[in-house]
Amino acid sequence: MLHSVAFIVMCILAIAIALCLFRMVKGPSMFDRIVALDLLGITLIGFVGMLMIVQQTLVYVEVILVLGILSFVGTVALSKYMEGGVVIERDRD
Amino acid sequence: MLLSLLHIAIIAPFLFALVIPFFYKKIPSIHTGWFVLILPTVIFIYLLTFIPTISRGETVTQLLPWVPSLGINFDIHLDGLALLFSLLISGIGVLVILYSIYYLDKNKESLHNFYFYLMMFMGAMLGVVLSGNLMVLYVFWELTSLSSALLIGYWYDREKSRYGSLKSMLVTVSGGFSMLAGFSLLYVITGTFTITEIIAQVDTVAASGLFIPTMILVLLGAFTKSAQFPFHIWLPDAMEAPTPVSAYLHSATMVKAGIYLVARLSPVFSGSSEWFWIVSGFGLFTLLWGSFNAVRQTDLKSILAYSTISQLGMIMSMLGLGSAAAFYGYEAGYTAATVAAVFHLINHSTFKGSLFMVAGIVDHETGTRDIRKLGGLMTFMPITFTISIIGAFSMAGIYPFNGFLSKEMFLESMVEATHITSLNMASLGFIFPLVAWIASVFTFIYSMILVFKTFTGNYQPEKLDKKPHEAPIGMLIPPIILVGLVVIFGFFPNILAHSIIEPAVQSIYPYGLTGVEHFDVHISPWHGFTPALFMTVSIVAVGVLMYLTLTKWQKIYTFLRLHQKDPVNYIYDGIVKRVVPVAKRVTKVPETGLLRDYLAYMYIFLIVAVVFTLYHFGGFAIETANVAEIPIYVWVIVAVIAAAALLIPFLKNRVTAIIATSFVGFLVALLFVMFRAPDLALTQLLVETVTTALFLLCFYHLPELRNEKSKPTFKWTNVIISIGVGVLVTTMALSSLALKSKKGFESIANYFLENAHDFAGGDNVVNVILVDFRGMDTMFEILVLGIAALGIVALIKLKLNGKEDINEK
Repeated sequence: MLHSVAFIVMCILAIAIALCLFRMVKGPSMFDRIVALDLLGITLIGFVGMLMIVQQTLVYVEVILVLGILSFVGTVALSKYMEGGVVIERDRD
Repeated sequence: MLLSLLHIAIIAPFLFALVIPFFYKKIPSIHTGWFVLILPTVIFIYLLTFIPTISRGETVTQLLPWVPSLGINFDIHLDGLALLFSLLISGIGVLVILYSIYYLDKNKESLHNFYFYLMMFMGAMLGVVLSGNLMVLYVFWELTSLSSALLIGYWYDREKSRYGSLKSMLVTVSGGFSMLAGFSLLYVITGTFTITEIIAQVDTVAASGLFIPTMILVLLGAFTKSAQFPFHIWLPDAMEAPTPVSAYLHSATMVKAGIYLVARLSPVFSGSSEWFWIVSGFGLFTLLWGSFNAVRQTDLKSILAYSTISQLGMIMSMLGLGSAAAFYGYEAGYTAATVAAVFHLINHSTFKGSLFMVAGIVDHETGTRDIRKLGGLMTFMPITFTISIIGAFSMAGIYPFNGFLSKEMFLESMVEATHITSLNMASLGFIFPLVAWIASVFTFIYSMILVFKTFTGNYQPEKLDKKPHEAPIGMLIPPIILVGLVVIFGFFPNILAHSIIEPAVQSIYPYGLTGVEHFDVHISPWHGFTPALFMTVSIVAVGVLMYLTLTKWQKIYTFLRLHQKDPVNYIYDGIVKRVVPVAKRVTKVPETGLLRDYLAYMYIFLIVAVVFTLYHFGGFAIETANVAEIPIYVWVIVAVIAAAALLIPFLKNRVTAIIATSFVGFLVALLFVMFRAPDLALTQLLVETVTTALFLLCFYHLPELRNEKSKPTFKWTNVIISIGVGVLVTTMALSSLALKSKKGFESIANYFLENAHDFAGGDNVVNVILVDFRGMDTMFEILVLGIAALGIVALIKLKLNGKEDINEK
């Protein structure tokens, strides 16, 4: 029972990833693409959580945490680049 | 086993060469040549002491291991042939050095260079003739080429000297290389480099399938060195060397190294008709070509150069003819050709040496060597004239000089050659006396030109730079000694017969003569009315006629297009001139300087090499037995990865490309999680994010590119190559999987799984492998990261001007 539910959930998540790809390709603006990437990170967190249930293990917890941080960092970096063209600013003093 | 005196005689010139610059710098008041003169004199006298031993038919052998594991030993084998050559080398060396003392000015010339090269040459030449080991012979052989090139280019500020030097180097060294290949083949056949042992295995050599290639390779070395057609072209250009060098190297010694080699290896090869025809055929043609071309020269030294070529061809042809004795037995009189060859070898060294010295004197005292400017010098230089007339008459083969005797013997053996019944000689044998006769006529003509155009006729003072006068006595002594020998050998040829010629001939026929009770060389000026005598008479008669009518028939050279330069030179110049442009053009085809082309070559090579290997060994295999079931969501994920990866090349915007790459990277991390590799997934995520940030950093610094707007150009070849590589790698991976299960290879993973906890005290097997079981790899990967980091710092901080700009704004 649990396994069939997990299977269905993962299929849905996979379709969500495919839709992320569609948005990333389609755009139309660059910010749509960045959001698509951010969404991919969140979807992956869910996917890894489902895998933990299916494989009955706890070792992927770090992966979930790191995914959360990196997805955020990546999105911020891209947004900053789109905003000002610079990712890391120089000291101005 | 120890260094014998003979070894020292070879090495001494090299060691002595080292102290020559010292004499030149420290004792400038005395001509350096006087110091140099001592050593060859000592060596010559020392070698003379061997004459009694050698003439008894004994040989002297001294062994000295050099590289015994390869069979290369500095052995010395002194027999009649080696003694003859080493006496020529040291004896004429003494005379040439004496001559050079007066020829070269001690204030204007860099004598230390000259005598250094000359001593090096003398040592090398002695090494060539005394070596009993082919490899050592080769080493000294190349040293003679090198020192000869140095001596030809002695006046290196002249264009022509450099040209001649390069030419002689290219021709003789390429011949030397093929000779090395020939020696190596001889080693392959016989298993030894020692000449006497190779001669002992003559039957093995003759039966070998490598016989012909070996023979041709060795002969190429001999022919290039001895200026046989068509490799003779370097010799006339070597006349840019100082005259003592021309006299020594290019008439008496170095050009005879090839003759020496042919004579030395005659016992090995002479049993075959190929050897007979190649050696005597090339010899005869060179004889004809050299004498024919000598007549058209206007420069004294050029005449002498072509004359040398012609005489070397003559000696070579006699050696070839003498090899017929290997077929017909040694009593039959064919050995006469070899005796004539050895005798003429000595005679040629004497008269040609003196003639070169005469040319040098004329040049030195009048400022020119051009026979069109010279004439009527007889009254100014009576002694030089006398020397040259003796030398030239001997060269032409006129009684009573030694050239007459050897020319008679030559003609006689050529007539004898027509009596040979096999070797196709019945039909082609007439060539031998015919060519010999024609060449002798031309020899007669250029000999007469040499003397009479220079010393008689009209004196033309307006064309000369200097007022001519007789040479200093020191310059005259060496040629006087040489022509003295010409006369002595002419009247008393038999003083050489027993002491030198017999043992030398014995070395050329080591087997045949042992069976003969008494091999006796007797040279007499009168044979009775033989065909050879009639030939000589007719040669002189026709020669005189043709010399007197020279201006009438000289147009033939213009008609034959020989009036400017030797036609073989066009081939040489064409090759040398074209080699570099052609090489450049060939190099330019693959070396485009474009990275994408090099990548294409590499991938194409990879595809071809691996596909061929897999196909050749039947390595393609796909196994589907142990494949796990794939859930549908994995299919979807993989499809998304593939789609994103395929899209990247077609994206127009760079930032989109970064996002797409990041997309693929995240999904790959998900695959790692699916396949239960959390550590990999973590690392992959971190690296992916850092890479994204780095791309953004880099793109900020890129200029506003046209690429931002234009699509990447699409090329079918690139598509094919990339698809090929992809398919190939996939196939390889699948094949290796199939191979693993087919051959029953076991994974070593079980060992790590079982022992990680007990041996290393860790439960994370991946980390235990990284830092414990395989810690060394990790260490160096850390090193790689450190180097990369330092490299980046260096690239950013150090600007092109080489200064650090850490403090700059």
